Amino acid sequence: MTAESTPALVQIADADTEDPAQAGSSAARGPRARNTKAYLQYVAAKIAGATVSLFAVLVTSFFLFRLIPSDPVKQMTGGRPVSAEQLQSLRHQFGLDQPMWRQFTSYVGDALTGDFGTSFQFHAPVIDKITEALPATLLLTGTSYVLYTALGIWLGTRTAWRNGSTSDRFNTAFALTLYSVPSFWLGLLLIIVFSVGVGPIPGMFPTGGLESGGESGFAYILDVAHHLVLPVITLVAVGYAQTLLVMRSSLLDEMGSDYLTTARAKGLRDDVVRRKHAVPNAMLPTFTLMFVNLGHVVAGQILVETVFSWPGLGGLFYQGLSVPDLPLVQGLFFVFATAVILANTLADVLYPLLDPRVGR
Amino acid sequence: MVVRVPPPSAQPRSRLRVLLASGAAALALAAGSIVPGVPLVAAPQQAQAADSGKSTLTVAVAQSVDSLSPFLAQKLFSTSVSRLMYDFLTNYDAKDNHAIPGLATKWEPSADKLTWTYTIRSDSKWSDGQQVTAEDAAWTFNKIMSDEGAAQANGNFVANFEKVTAPSPTQLVIQLKEPQATMAALDVPIVPKHVWEKVGDFSKFNNDTKFPIVGNGPFILTDYKVDQYVKLKANKDFWRGAPKFDELVFKTYKDQDAAVAALRKGEVSFVAGSPALTPAQAASLKGEKNVKVNEGPGRRFFALATNPGAQTKDGKNFGDGNKALLDQKVRQALFLSIDRKTIIDKVFQGHAVEGQGYIPPRFSTYFWQPSAEQSLAYDPAKAAQLLDDAGYKLKGDQRVGKDGKPLDLRILCHATDPNDKAIGKYLKEWWGKLGIGLKVDCLDDVSVPWYAGEYDLAFDGWSVNPDPDFVLGIHTCAALPAKAKDSAATDNFICDKTYDELYKKQLAEYDPAKRADIVKQMESWMYDSGYMNIIAYPNAVEAYRTDQIKSITTMPSAAGNIYGQDGYWSWWSAVPAGSSSSDGSGGSSSTGVVIGVIVVVVVLAAGGLFIARRRRTTVDDRE
Repeated sequence: MTAESTPALVQIADADTEDPAQAGSSAARGPRARNTKAYLQYVAAKIAGATVSLFAVLVTSFFLFRLIPSDPVKQMTGGRPVSAEQLQSLRHQFGLDQPMWRQFTSYVGDALTGDFGTSFQFHAPVIDKITEALPATLLLTGTSYVLYTALGIWLGTRTAWRNGSTSDRFNTAFALTLYSVPSFWLGLLLIIVFSVGVGPIPGMFPTGGLESGGESGFAYILDVAHHLVLPVITLVAVGYAQTLLVMRSSLLDEMGSDYLTTARAKGLRDDVVRRKHAVPNAMLPTFTLMFVNLGHVVAGQILVETVFSWPGLGGLFYQGLSVPDLPLVQGLFFVFATAVILANTLADVLYPLLDPRVGR
Repeated sequence: MVVRVPPPSAQPRSRLRVLLASGAAALALAAGSIVPGVPLVAAPQQAQAADSGKSTLTVAVAQSVDSLSPFLAQKLFSTSVSRLMYDFLTNYDAKDNHAIPGLATKWEPSADKLTWTYTIRSDSKWSDGQQVTAEDAAWTFNKIMSDEGAAQANGNFVANFEKVTAPSPTQLVIQLKEPQATMAALDVPIVPKHVWEKVGDFSKFNNDTKFPIVGNGPFILTDYKVDQYVKLKANKDFWRGAPKFDELVFKTYKDQDAAVAALRKGEVSFVAGSPALTPAQAASLKGEKNVKVNEGPGRRFFALATNPGAQTKDGKNFGDGNKALLDQKVRQALFLSIDRKTIIDKVFQGHAVEGQGYIPPRFSTYFWQPSAEQSLAYDPAKAAQLLDDAGYKLKGDQRVGKDGKPLDLRILCHATDPNDKAIGKYLKEWWGKLGIGLKVDCLDDVSVPWYAGEYDLAFDGWSVNPDPDFVLGIHTCAALPAKAKDSAATDNFICDKTYDELYKKQLAEYDPAKRADIVKQMESWMYDSGYMNIIAYPNAVEAYRTDQIKSITTMPSAAGNIYGQDGYWSWWSAVPAGSSSSDGSGGSSSTGVVIGVIVVVVVLAAGGLFIARRRRTTVDDRE
């Protein structure tokens, strides 16, 4: 959630002064229409805000990478026999001999039409390089996202419900330990233990890459799944703690509430009280976190993608930065930022709908 | 506080349903991402390969391919793949790097030194069956000369060409503007004219859309997946003889530790360092069964360069290099106080050879060593004497110049190179003892202060080719930048008349022995000048599996290296150990594991389903 969303939420809550019990009656048609209008205004404001942010990102991405002191042409040809004329010709081809303002205006102009230029090192349109690497990243981080969110919510609920028990203490400590482990180190450890094999543990999984190459059909899907196991475990292991902790603390907040006592007094089973009464109310902060994390799915995980030689966007960004391949890193930065902005906007837009105390 | 309990219909679903939904979402994501990437063409070939037990040599590489077009490829890995796909006019002998026949069987200059005639072999065929002719070679060179987009990678080779013609299918004639002794070192892949003349824009054509790619090298490129692998099959009709392995696969490992793990497991047959395995990696692999660690003389030198006063081509000075370094005595004093042996032992941990001359000993023709009296071996007392002579006397524990200013220097170091940092610490200590202050500036990219001339000293290093022309050329006046701070061909702004004259002489000298002699004179001049202090020649450290590779040619063939050779000797000569032991085992066991994993998942899911159903029934009953 962005900071500016709060006043808007309050505004909507203020507008919703009618008794919700009357919401269905004909007398309530006026306020409801007002509510819808207010909501649409709110959504429009959010979208306008996001558009402004996107444009700001576009401008920032141009200057950000030009702050890195470096010479792409010299870096790319480093160590090879290249004459001064050739260096000059490359610089001309990349447009680096143009004045800064002209580079900037043509970059912004082209970007607005969806053209992010041609990668210096790969001689291919940046958009092509991004769409080429995007599926691999979505597969890895998307799968991990779904798994660590589900695991975090589930374990967070359990640990909070059994607050103070041995399993709570163990689970929380274990999750926190994994959370503080560097992902590349855990990845390497998993490779050594489960790819190469240690003692009685056989080497079960590939050491890296997305596929063995040459498989097709169902065998290909199995092959990719096989390659996916270790990187996903790494990402889930270091990622679920955050969701667990947020879920746990918000559920703990709910646990003293009167409505839970009422539910119990009705004679409902503990399991039902938790699932149907406490958890839905405790989910809201977790939803926020989920949307924040969703934005990062696209950016990939540079370190994990590197350790497992995963051909995704994270690895591409790393390669781009090492030159720096300006069109490539600009384009990637814009895509990453767009994903985060979109996820945040989506969270802002959906939040009033998800929170019954605010939305209706 | 009134807290509304959500109505039952709006409640989140049961745990099981959430899990099932997550699973479905994951599958949908997976399916969405997998299906578009299914390789359609390569599959049947691969299946066949696994069935018939073809031998595969898998090499772990750290770099990714920037382009498969030999007109565009800049990275070392991509250019070495070009070397396997296309034949060059000449090649380098694996024993001592001298030029030997490639696509050309012989080459000779005219009396006026300006025309070279190459005889093109008649027993080389493109992989689509067409004959390779001199016309292909002429077309390749002419394309590079006339099309800026095609000159990106190899334009430097044709810079001195006047005209290239093919008077007959076996005769290629190159006319030069100036005499050039490097005509047997034209490392340009010759491409098939009948395929490439259809290409429109050479600056955008990456040669990676249609497989197999038509070539005439020892291997034919059959498949390529960005950042994953490059697959090549042996060219059975290669004129020098077919490679022994049926298939050669370069697999990308972005992390070197992961690559070492893959070698240990047998998933790859060979791993090279980038440029060398770390001492720790080499040590951990040394005791391993079926693994051989190969250490050969490297082609790089590791040096300390001083700023001789940055200047442009027309003699304008710029930058802020310390004026003290303009004095040869000061430069020599610095180098007399470097204990190279300690650096080799402690920093390189023995995986390097002490440096002296500019060209590493593996290029024996041009290797030069200083005589005993010329040598600037470790001698702090002599260094102190030289500094005194130059007017930098000790005042307390500081050297102070005639202007009363203490002698404080800066050195540029690559933040990504641990060797630079470690050596920086030693220099600080050694020079500190002489009374010289040193600041070590470690940067991710040193090129900006370097080209601005804003440094005193810098850690420097170059990879040397069998023909030394390029690494010698970067110290000529012609390599200086046209404008201040422009990046240029120069390494560190050296511009000296004596050196330039020698450079011109060696380029025009067609007698190999005489040329080598001139090159050695240049090295001697460079050594005395103290502008470039070669500290070490780091070794190439790499490893391979002896249960997959029976034998492989190193370069130089007596105790040399395997990866990054000049030529295709290693992969062309590698002999498989037994038959297809490399990937067969991995494949079958992995399939078993996958099936096992699926079974476990299914059992767990069924168990979960059962328990959840039971619980749900009880809950409903109670409610």
